[in-house]
Amino acid sequence: MDRTLKFNIFRYNPMAQGTAPRMETFVLPEIPSMTLFIALNQIREEQDPSLQFDFCCRAGICGACGMLINGRPGLACKTKTKDLPEEITLLPLPVFKLVGDLSVDTGSWFREMYARVGSWIHTDKQFDPLAEEERMDNALANEIYELERCVECGCCVAGCGTARMRKDFLGAVALNRIARFALDPRDQRTDRDYFEIIGDDNGIFGCMGLLGCEDVCPKELPLQDQLGFLRRKMGLTAIRRFLPGAK
Amino acid sequence: MQTFVTDLLCIGAGLAGERVAIEAAGAGFDVICLSIVPARRSHSSAAQGGMQAALGNSAMGEGDSPDVHFMDTVKGSDWGCDQEVARIFCDNAPIAMRQMAHWGVPWNRVVAGKSFYYKGGERYEKEEKAEKEGLITARAFGGTAKWRTCYTSDGTGHTVLYTMDNRAAQLGVAVHDKTEMISLIHDGGRCLGAVARCLKTGELRVYLAKATLIAAGGFGRIYRESTNAVICDGGAHAAVLDTGVVPLGNMEAVQFHPTGIVPTYILVTEGCRGDGGTLLDVNQERFMHVYEPDKAELASRDVVSRWMMHHIREGKGVQSPYGQHLWLDIRHLGEEHIRVKLREVDEICQNFLGVDPVHSLIPVKPVQHYSMGGVRTNKDGAAYGLAGLFSAGEAACWDMHGFNRLGGNSLAETVVAGGVIGVKVVDYLRGASAQYGTAVVADRVARDQERIRRLTEGADGSEDVYKVRAAMQDALQDGVHIFRNKEGLERAVATLQEVHARAKRIGLKSDGVGANPELALALKMPGLVRLALCVAHGALMRTESRGSHAREDFPERNDRDWLTRTLATWKSEGDDLPTLDYEPATRTFEIPPGERGYGGGKIIPMDSAPKPGKEN
Ligand SMILES: Cc1cc2nc3c(=O)[nH]c(=O)nc-3n(C[C@H](O)[C@H](O)[C@H](O)COP(=O)(O)OP(=O)(O)OC[C@H]3O[C@@H](n4cnc5c(N)ncnc54)[C@H](O)[C@@H]3O)c2cc1C
Ligand code: SF4
Ligand code: SF4
Ligand code: FES
Repeated sequence: MDRTLKFNIFRYNPMAQGTAPRMETFVLPEIPSMTLFIALNQIREEQDPSLQFDFCCRAGICGACGMLINGRPGLACKTKTKDLPEEITLLPLPVFKLVGDLSVDTGSWFREMYARVGSWIHTDKQFDPLAEEERMDNALANEIYELERCVECGCCVAGCGTARMRKDFLGAVALNRIARFALDPRDQRTDRDYFEIIGDDNGIFGCMGLLGCEDVCPKELPLQDQLGFLRRKMGLTAIRRFLPGAK
Repeated sequence: MQTFVTDLLCIGAGLAGERVAIEAAGAGFDVICLSIVPARRSHSSAAQGGMQAALGNSAMGEGDSPDVHFMDTVKGSDWGCDQEVARIFCDNAPIAMRQMAHWGVPWNRVVAGKSFYYKGGERYEKEEKAEKEGLITARAFGGTAKWRTCYTSDGTGHTVLYTMDNRAAQLGVAVHDKTEMISLIHDGGRCLGAVARCLKTGELRVYLAKATLIAAGGFGRIYRESTNAVICDGGAHAAVLDTGVVPLGNMEAVQFHPTGIVPTYILVTEGCRGDGGTLLDVNQERFMHVYEPDKAELASRDVVSRWMMHHIREGKGVQSPYGQHLWLDIRHLGEEHIRVKLREVDEICQNFLGVDPVHSLIPVKPVQHYSMGGVRTNKDGAAYGLAGLFSAGEAACWDMHGFNRLGGNSLAETVVAGGVIGVKVVDYLRGASAQYGTAVVADRVARDQERIRRLTEGADGSEDVYKVRAAMQDALQDGVHIFRNKEGLERAVATLQEVHARAKRIGLKSDGVGANPELALALKMPGLVRLALCVAHGALMRTESRGSHAREDFPERNDRDWLTRTLATWKSEGDDLPTLDYEPATRTFEIPPGERGYGGGKIIPMDSAPKPGKEN
């Protein structure tokens, strides 16, 4: 091994007046089992304490550390330097608002998404503290969990051509969220209700199906299947709308 | 400067903060939650294993009840907990799980019929009843008499937090993320809100509220090796301590988890052992059953961690460049179980160790994991010392965990306590009126601005904040770990006092402009060292062994002198030690102090005479 790593890192602090975005280079000796989490912290602690980036769990669980790693969206804490060439270029995720350097504001983007898709169980049932829980088939519970594993890292959005072009495009993550609720019997929304949310070019019909999203999803969510599933379902819903007696 | 006025200000948008927020929002009050990160990245999302509630649906949970849960919790706490609080918790836990199901958590459910499970490496058969099919199921965890831990694969915290945040969004709870509270605004008797720094722009903001809740999670990052997220650094606790009037309870009670992976100290869940995983030594032999014939790997965490360190000291550890460790073996659980029910564990091993747990052993050792101590509250969640200040979740010392928390009891605490305390906060809000002394607010803001100015200009010196932090972490790691003694603790206290002096001389290396991360750390650094001193000094003074607090020089649990809770207050800026007071651990005894049934150890009974002064 004994490599010396060269990091080209995007630098821009929007709050510092009179500065422009630029790339800056840092050099570090590689150590065994080094990840980008270790490397970036070392750079900050030893070379430039103003360097901004986001880590939280450092274990691939929370989704905080999405960034462009040699051009590809990914989680920095999960990325080992030994899997990268000696020269590593780090850029903030596109689409999201830049906070500074490698840090972006995913929180606002996702909060807006929850509002658009109504990211909660829609039901008119009241919770009864004295009653036994409603039953659910375990296999179904597992299927729902499978779609709920998304960590909202934003990689799929950043990797999506449509999302980069269309500001209002919901993105694979939001469509997957809809699929999750559509699967859940506790949510009383109908296909027509979902159609209202995603039945246009900002939703399922804007997706070009090129699957940049699934390729970069660090949680390996089955985004392709969900997009296909929704497209069929929404296509049918669109047709039914024009049939007599539709509801 | 922006000022926000609200009814309830929650410092923290993890499970505890959001659960309280939901209660208040549901009652029609305005709520703002602050969080360093987007709500869903809060550390609650990292919990894999599950949460305890005595539903008794699964075959191995049959006969479970809140009473049995209560017994386990009190034993687990080594009789250090408030029994009234433990009772409230156990009685409410089943309702809370069902409510989370109603809001959308995809709990794993009972599947009727025969299936296999493992215990201590052996395979057993069980049969789930047809009439329970589809109800919330449970898995085994350490220190519990029944299988009681509800879960969603190994993404329990993730699914529960996402569901909670969905509910909060539905009710219109405002979450100001990338916003860090840096000080509390109070007049010595009442809490009025907080000053926070926006981590997008670096600007200061004032939040004024009728009630303020501290739900900022744990402070594990004051240790060098911790399973906690990097944001669990104790900044909010430091701000509470800086009020000078609010005490922190039982800060010396720090939990070490048996299975942090070496070298990154990422946690692999206790569910691994609950599902039948075993601990092996350098000879790849099991050892826990030798020390704990009955519970073996499933004794409580303090006990397992201690025996692991003991075994390493006996020369049975595995050498590695990162020091000695032991092995966790889950290979016999089989590929399907590991890839599905322990999926996160599988991912963590593959990604961070380059090891496939289906075929290989996992290198583990005990590392800092949970803070039993925190902002001392009464059973209603109201903090001591300031009216209008509440606390819930890991940040609080509510105190159902005493000196050792059982696995699965913390996630459950956040949700149960959040619900119970939420109701009390709503009661308080109904009776509260807002009066804000503008002078108090202006004074607090001016002091924070002055702190920032001095740090940026290097007015007090040029100590490097990262070096100061490392010195603090090392002092705790070396002197206030699993096994403690007078000599080590005295050394740690002395070192921390020096580090405290250095922390007052920090100067920034960078310009401090915008969302500058160096400034964020520098602002809390002196307070973090004060927290560390509460831990170290509290541990030095407590001359007994109870739960996670193991004194080699005082191996007995001393109920005669120490059936107490430590209260640490930082009375004045110039102090270099906390002031310690004590109160009874519990006011009511549903179960009198007794043997835990694991962990061995001698007990000096409550009523043993004569009662000499506390020897230090
Ligand atoms: C790896 C791991 C696994 C675990 N597994 C389990 C398990 O299986 N079962 C179980 O019962 N327990 C488990 N625990 C413990 C449990 O997850 C935590 O104790 C619990 O989730 C804490 O929840 P909380 O709401 O109190 O705090 P958190 O979820 O940590 O939330 C804290 C919130 O406070 C905010 N905050 C902090 N400081 C500030 C500040 N200064 N200003 C503004 N906001 C601030 C944060 O941004 C965050 O939103 C685990 C813990 C770890 C570390
Ligand atoms: S398939 Fe392509 S267009 Fe559709 S969401 Fe994925 S990346 Fe975007
Ligand atoms: S779907 Fe995958 S890539 Fe997209 S936000 Fe979720 S975890 Fe990240
Ligand atoms: S820091 Fe949590 S996923 Fe990388």
